[in-house]
Amino acid sequence: MSFEVVIGLEIHAQLATESKIFSGAATRYGAAPNSQASLVDLGYPGVLPVLNEGVVDMAIRFGLATHCQVARRSVFARKNYFYPDLPKGYQISQYELPIVHSGHIDIVLDDGSVRRVGITRAHLEEDAGKSLHEDFQGLSGIDLNRAGTPLLEIVSQPDLRSAREAGTYMRSIHTLVRYLGICDGNMQEGSFRCDANVSVRRQGEAKLGTRAEIKNLNSFRFVEKAIESETRRQIELIEDGGRVVQETRLYDADRDETRPMRSKEEANDYRYFPDPDLLPVVITDERIARVEAAMPELPQARRQRFIERYALGPYDADILASSRALADYYDALVAATKAKPKSAANWVIGELTAALNRENREIESSPVAPAALGALLDRIEDGTISGKIAKEIFEALWRGEGPVERIIRERGLEQISDAASIDALVQKVIDANAGQVEQYRSGKVQVLGFLVGQVMKASQGKANPKQVNEALKRLLG
Amino acid sequence: MHRNTLAESAAALAAGSVSSLELTRHYLARIERFDGRLNSYITVTAEQALEQAREADRRIARGDKAPLLGVPIAHKDIFCTAGVRTSCGSRMLDNFVSPYDATLVERLKKAGAVMLGKTNMDEFAMGSSSETSFYGPVRNPWNLDCVPGGSSGGSAAAVAAGLCAAATGTDTGGSIRQPAALAGLTGLKPTYGRISRYGMIAFASSLDHGGSLTRTAEDAALLLGAMAGLDERDSTSLDEPVPDYAAEIAKPLGAVTIGVPESFFDDGLDADNAAAVRSSLAELEKLGAKLKTVELPNIHLSVPTYYVVAPAEASSNLARFDGIRFGHRTSEPVADLNDFYMRNRGEGFGEEVQRRILTGTYVLSSGYYDAYYIKAQKARRLISRDYAEAFAQVDFIAGPTTPTPAFRLGQKTADPVAMYLNDIYTIGADLAGLPAISIPCGFVDGLPVGLQLVGPHLAEAPLLRLAHHFQRATDWHARFPAAFD
Repeated sequence: MSFEVVIGLEIHAQLATESKIFSGAATRYGAAPNSQASLVDLGYPGVLPVLNEGVVDMAIRFGLATHCQVARRSVFARKNYFYPDLPKGYQISQYELPIVHSGHIDIVLDDGSVRRVGITRAHLEEDAGKSLHEDFQGLSGIDLNRAGTPLLEIVSQPDLRSAREAGTYMRSIHTLVRYLGICDGNMQEGSFRCDANVSVRRQGEAKLGTRAEIKNLNSFRFVEKAIESETRRQIELIEDGGRVVQETRLYDADRDETRPMRSKEEANDYRYFPDPDLLPVVITDERIARVEAAMPELPQARRQRFIERYALGPYDADILASSRALADYYDALVAATKAKPKSAANWVIGELTAALNRENREIESSPVAPAALGALLDRIEDGTISGKIAKEIFEALWRGEGPVERIIRERGLEQISDAASIDALVQKVIDANAGQVEQYRSGKVQVLGFLVGQVMKASQGKANPKQVNEALKRLLG
Repeated sequence: MHRNTLAESAAALAAGSVSSLELTRHYLARIERFDGRLNSYITVTAEQALEQAREADRRIARGDKAPLLGVPIAHKDIFCTAGVRTSCGSRMLDNFVSPYDATLVERLKKAGAVMLGKTNMDEFAMGSSSETSFYGPVRNPWNLDCVPGGSSGGSAAAVAAGLCAAATGTDTGGSIRQPAALAGLTGLKPTYGRISRYGMIAFASSLDHGGSLTRTAEDAALLLGAMAGLDERDSTSLDEPVPDYAAEIAKPLGAVTIGVPESFFDDGLDADNAAAVRSSLAELEKLGAKLKTVELPNIHLSVPTYYVVAPAEASSNLARFDGIRFGHRTSEPVADLNDFYMRNRGEGFGEEVQRRILTGTYVLSSGYYDAYYIKAQKARRLISRDYAEAFAQVDFIAGPTTPTPAFRLGQKTADPVAMYLNDIYTIGADLAGLPAISIPCGFVDGLPVGLQLVGPHLAEAPLLRLAHHFQRATDWHARFPAAFD
């Protein structure tokens, strides 16, 4: 009997605001403990939350990008529970009335097919602080820098049917929120993390199985591995006659297994009720229109445009559209050069990406700007330099050794393409390789490649290969 | 000097006939002499007050015209005051020194007022007699065996006994108006949102109103002008212009219609109280007001509605008092985190606060939420609608502030429901967020009786004007408890 796995994800995307959702404290990562916690974040007596309006526009942007309904009126609610890193004894979240709901995203699966994944809702909430259980001589430390950091919790429908699909969905949302400029997507710093709800059922069964929730997954790989391992666990359990219980579990990557969480939240009644300190969030049509007008082109649309307008294959288009910064770079490069979009794509995916990876840099801080790379491609296009020389010039550009024209001029890297010089080079090679010339003339035409190579070598790679070919054939008669 | 109103003191200061230092010293001496009997102050900030008074005198000498310059007042100990203990009447915050000023405190400071100290109150403003304070009960200057009402009972006793020129208070279910009535004062609770709640330690956020306890409506107008207005730190504060209340109240009364809910005058109302209120209504008629019977069909739901909504919000608002970042922390050994919480909160909170946290937790619990919290919200909307319909016919609604004059200490502490019923006439205006004022309108057995006037949203100016005209025609507000003169 085979099983089907059913997965839904709750993704927490930290919104890229300068200040917190309900206070003016900064949200920078990595500051000294409790140095970025205001009286509001500390839950002092008498203080009140004031909504950072920036998060509303960000939520609207996400809602529009995922075909969600944007609620004209949404409400902040208090989720009540006690924990030392939750200063007020409640988390301000949204419960019955989230800011956006009922949308979807289309994701491209490995086989190229498109799967529509429903988005139940996305709501605004504040993050809690952090409890630090080490290095305090048996005491626990509390760092409230993260308390009050704005989060968008994105809840999918249970539409995902494999660990791989879940990973693809999470990547798609990751790409999207970075495109939208609402989240930096930094998973090491916890800016983008998710909980996975996993259940299994026998193939063909309509009723959903009991689900387990795997908490706090902070990499694509862990999401996939955790779901795979949880799926195996549940199937084995059922096949052994056991029953899955609804619970919260944690994934242990070292052992590649999930295990039940000794949870602060277990059997908790959160006693949600509307927060009387905050007014309902009322969103006008005008505001939605304003946000819509400022929306960037989304990943799917961009990928499609690269395929249709630039005649790229799906593979290249996927890579170039995978981040907004990369796609912006590529668009700028295509606009800056006469070279074909396909060769521009090759350069971005090849030389440029390799150099970035080598030095662990982001495209935003590439030392070679699109205009400089465009100038380089133009010189290949007009025959001034060969592709091989171009790679050498690219490295010089990368090291900041000047504009393309100067590098070419100063190093004498122009391609040799005047007929007389090429004929002279070719003649020298013919004179020096009598044996090979003989072979060629007796019909062994593949020797031509060797001779071309010799000419190129003699010219230090600068001779125009096409012209060398022609000259050789002509002079060898 | 201590029998002067705030307005009179402010005028004397501006005219130079008294200095702020003299006035402040006078009040401090009176606190020293009399407060042992009343227990109206939790903290007296004498040195700071003298320093503020000297600064006020310097400002007066420079020709500064700030409206409250040099007037000594007191703040209910629910308002955060930078560098000064802010206890909220609780052991939980006995060690809490606020790092910041509440907006109301900041604005009164800016207007030049001198702070004499922090007044006693029911713990976390939960009570109607000022007996639940960790610092012991407050007594009524008109009869030391009686309570001054609550929760702003310390402010009421201090103003009534001339231990400050005026005091701030908060009103969630009647905590300004009820003590004002029981102590013979003018107690103003403006429209919800008119005064910022920032720095006012939250009891029930949707019901908490800042306001004042003063000798006269004129004094209330002066204070309100300094306290009211938008505060960006409180999302529920109203962005509405603040009129010149002092100028507004001096205008003629004009044609006004006063609605009287006859249902208020039932068996629950003490007969002598009723008589005093009736005769004050007749006085208002003499001033040209027309009386008209109105119905508030759902007002009988106000006490049960309040005792769902207020504890629900309180149970959440008071969750932050866990002993981790501030406040009381147990000195007993603890077994685990839960034990730590339970000891801190069990030791830090008094019985009434614990009762309300438990009630609130219960009504928000899954399975009871709809039956209690949601139902109470519906009742609250009905009550608000009743007022709105009444105000389509009349300009004000008048009636008793309390069912009886001040009662004896300990008389109602064993019966929470009897205590809760003290607020039967005041809670409606809190649920609807409407401006309301209690003014002295008579005496029963030497104890003051209050007349309550309620107005539509943001009608503070007309409300104060009506109270001011009444006070120009009567002298109930001018009486002073002999033992403190």
